[in-house]
Amino acid sequence: MVHTGIGNLGHLLIIISFITSLLAAFGYFKATNNKEIGKAPWISFSRVMFVVHGISIVGVVATLFAIIWNNYFEYHYAWSHASENLPNYYIIASFWEGQEGSFLLWLFWNTLLGLVIIKTNKKWEAPVMTVFAVVQAFLASMILGVVFGDLKIGSSPFLLLRDVLADPIFLINPDFVPADGTGLNPLLQNYWMVIHPPMTFLGFACTLIPFSFCIAGLWTGQYKEWVRPALPWTIFGAMILGTAIIMGGYWAYETLNFGGYWNWDPVENAVYVPWLVMVASIHTMITFKKSATALKTSIVLVISVFLLIVYASFLTRSGILGNASVHSFTDLGLSGQLLIYLLFFLFASIIFAVRAWKNIPSSEREASSYSREFWIFIGALTLCLMAFQVIIPTSFPVFNKIIEAFGGLSTLAQPTNQIEFYSEWQLWFAVAIAFLSGTGQFFFWKKMDKEKLVSSLTFPVLISLLLSAAIFVLAKISEPTYILILVAGMYSVVANGTILFQLLKSGSYKLVGGSVAHIGIAMMLIGIMFSEGYSKAISLNTMTISKEWTEEQNQTNIPLFLNEPTFMDRYQVTYRNELMEVNDIPGYVRKSNLVNTEDPYYKVTKQQVTVEDKVYADAGDTVYVQNPENFYYQVDYKDLENGDEFTLFPRIQVNPQMGDVVSPDIKKFFGRDIYSFVSVKPAFEEDIEWGELEEIQVKVGERFFVNDYVAEFNGLERIDQISFNDLGPDDVAVRANISVFAENGEKYIAQPIFIIQNGQIGKQADVIKEIASKITVESIDPDTGSVTLGLNTTQKDFIIMKALEKPHINILWIGTLVMIAGFIIATRRRYIEFIKMRDKGIE
Amino acid sequence: MKKSSIIGIVVIAVAISIIISTQSNASSYVSFGEAKAMAENGSSKKIHVVGELKKNPSGQVIEVYPSENKLSVSFVMLDDNKIEQTVYYNEPMPSDFLRSEKVVVIGGYVKDKFVANKILLKCPSKYEETAL
Repeated sequence: MVHTGIGNLGHLLIIISFITSLLAAFGYFKATNNKEIGKAPWISFSRVMFVVHGISIVGVVATLFAIIWNNYFEYHYAWSHASENLPNYYIIASFWEGQEGSFLLWLFWNTLLGLVIIKTNKKWEAPVMTVFAVVQAFLASMILGVVFGDLKIGSSPFLLLRDVLADPIFLINPDFVPADGTGLNPLLQNYWMVIHPPMTFLGFACTLIPFSFCIAGLWTGQYKEWVRPALPWTIFGAMILGTAIIMGGYWAYETLNFGGYWNWDPVENAVYVPWLVMVASIHTMITFKKSATALKTSIVLVISVFLLIVYASFLTRSGILGNASVHSFTDLGLSGQLLIYLLFFLFASIIFAVRAWKNIPSSEREASSYSREFWIFIGALTLCLMAFQVIIPTSFPVFNKIIEAFGGLSTLAQPTNQIEFYSEWQLWFAVAIAFLSGTGQFFFWKKMDKEKLVSSLTFPVLISLLLSAAIFVLAKISEPTYILILVAGMYSVVANGTILFQLLKSGSYKLVGGSVAHIGIAMMLIGIMFSEGYSKAISLNTMTISKEWTEEQNQTNIPLFLNEPTFMDRYQVTYRNELMEVNDIPGYVRKSNLVNTEDPYYKVTKQQVTVEDKVYADAGDTVYVQNPENFYYQVDYKDLENGDEFTLFPRIQVNPQMGDVVSPDIKKFFGRDIYSFVSVKPAFEEDIEWGELEEIQVKVGERFFVNDYVAEFNGLERIDQISFNDLGPDDVAVRANISVFAENGEKYIAQPIFIIQNGQIGKQADVIKEIASKITVESIDPDTGSVTLGLNTTQKDFIIMKALEKPHINILWIGTLVMIAGFIIATRRRYIEFIKMRDKGIE
Repeated sequence: MKKSSIIGIVVIAVAISIIISTQSNASSYVSFGEAKAMAENGSSKKIHVVGELKKNPSGQVIEVYPSENKLSVSFVMLDDNKIEQTVYYNEPMPSDFLRSEKVVVIGGYVKDKFVANKILLKCPSKYEETAL
């Protein structure tokens, strides 16, 4: 059945949300311009409109979610993002897999933040909410899905499949509903997909608040006053967006095997750049609050952050990155609309800023080089240069398009050595930032002159040099660049640590945000230097795996044969099992114990599955496998230096739609990570080359050899139905049960099937990769009760594995947590300041 | 000189060197013909070529040859000018290679052979299904 009602409801709600956002914008605009007289009715009108807008956005979200949750595959969005076999938490994730859902997520956060502003800040409500409502109108228009003649505005998530796909089946049966959706891309079936996008869009939404306050200030002539209410939100936004970026990095490191945590992909860059500028804007705003300088810079930076976020959306959603990025969205034909959105806010901001520019107070006096303003300003400038260096190459596709639009030809492409190209610049900037953040803190808290500076810097400089010297002797660092990074990082940690200590001693716990965040950043820098600079392959190998591979590939990948211990670095590693995950059974189940059925999500067990003496499935039970595309490779490690043992389960995802995707498994130690992945998937059944067929005749209970393993024929069993085949009333199917006894007391069951169908003989072989054998029933002799088995053998099962050691990567992750903590402390402090002033009636 | 002027000069200098370094590191999108000409002129710069895999009239991808052990692959690609070129890639065939709508190979000519160091794929189907 096609449920048209719910989609129409959703679409209606989108239209209502669009109209109410326009009305709210108009009302708040009137309220702002109406000074005192006639202001109140406009405010209450707009408030109602915005609340209705919020309710309808929540309604749209709920409607779309209901469609996905109930698997209404007659809807294109549900069909292309969800499926029957998706666990609940991934159904949530499938909501924002597509462009429309992610726009909705953005709208939702903006609504929520708008309501918070209405609740907490009555004085600024009218002008700030005007900007909010205009932004909401633009975003809602992206999913409006209204067509006027040839003009299509937005792409609605409530389109029916039959209206999107021109499939002949809809001509025959317009009410056709596919049985299953195509599901969430298996590569995205990861818990980070549940957390990372909402965090990112909350970060995006947070940039709207300082922007709105800034525009409101310029509009109403309150050039200075907007800073106080905007500051806590800017810090909060930088915390959220920073966390989201790091989450993405951790996701890439842990699962996606992009080769590391950061790849300088245009999509990553598009969010990194606004974050840098946002952090710069925090610093200039704080300077302004302390000393009435850098107001103009703050205005420019705050506006830039929001515009850069809109620009990032344009890059990732318009399809312009198509040839440059591996993971941008598909083009929904919204590029024109996105461009209008970007240009509208660009020009509107410029107009507001230019109109107010000459009235904005600025200090004439030149900042002394012993003042905090000077050093913070240099820091902010460095951050902006960092952003500039990244945004230029990221914008190549845009430059090409612009030049093409003017009839020229431009073929600029991303640098081929992307990672080195960006890292080279960014590292030097980061070193500068570390030195500045250490020194700047001293200026921030004290009045400085030459003597005082020398005396307060002597201690941290000495300590950090001593510590760095100790570290580079112990860790054997000789690369001059790395030594410099280490010294810069240590200096920042020690200098900020000194300030932190002094603040704590004087009981000013609330003021430590800045120094804590700086320590976090410096730790990240040190962690990045160690884990990237000293990352090394430990899976060294002298054998040539493939002549087509480069020498480096051959030397850093190691072949592991099943159950054959191999020496690798300080470990003895053994490939033990090929495994799958089965629902309701903890851990993994051996793949050869699972027989396929016609439904890929259901498998039949050959042997009992017990985990820690508890029976989870008996032989012949049907079990549910939610992710039949995932295979895990158990590799046991034994540390030869201290005897420690651990096991890693790297994954390969074999997906008919996607090909093979490898994911690492990581063993975390205090000082390093062992990062291992199966670099080449082992040959699957259809790829194996078999040796010559050997036939043997066996009776029930008789023992024989299969590929040098002892095996026992346990007898024949008639079966009523077999997978992938329909048996007629006169057909017969018989299954032979054979136990094979292998290394470590393991037992494997082979179950070849012999079929007589329509008078013809059919044979279904059983392949047991663990003993590298294929067993068939060649013939059955009813007189003697014996069977003739066909045995083929092949090369032993193996995997090719790569293992990397990433030293001290934990410093990076701990640093990120410290940085986030610093941001939270700072947000709290600035928010309390704002509340105090507001309640005094000043704001 | 005023301090702000010094800062301004330093910032401009850094910005210019960023632009120069970007300019000199930037690769470019070219056709196989141009890439060959560049290689013959002694340039070893890596370039991007956009194109698609060779298909037979019924739309199936043809002439993709994974090596026997599947550790590398060679394939015939048509650039935007429909020039055919065999491309060698020393890595296993990337995921969803055969389903890609467009292929971007990054590499260059090494003794008349086009060797790709990296392959980017554009798959409409990666995020959005287009057929039942």
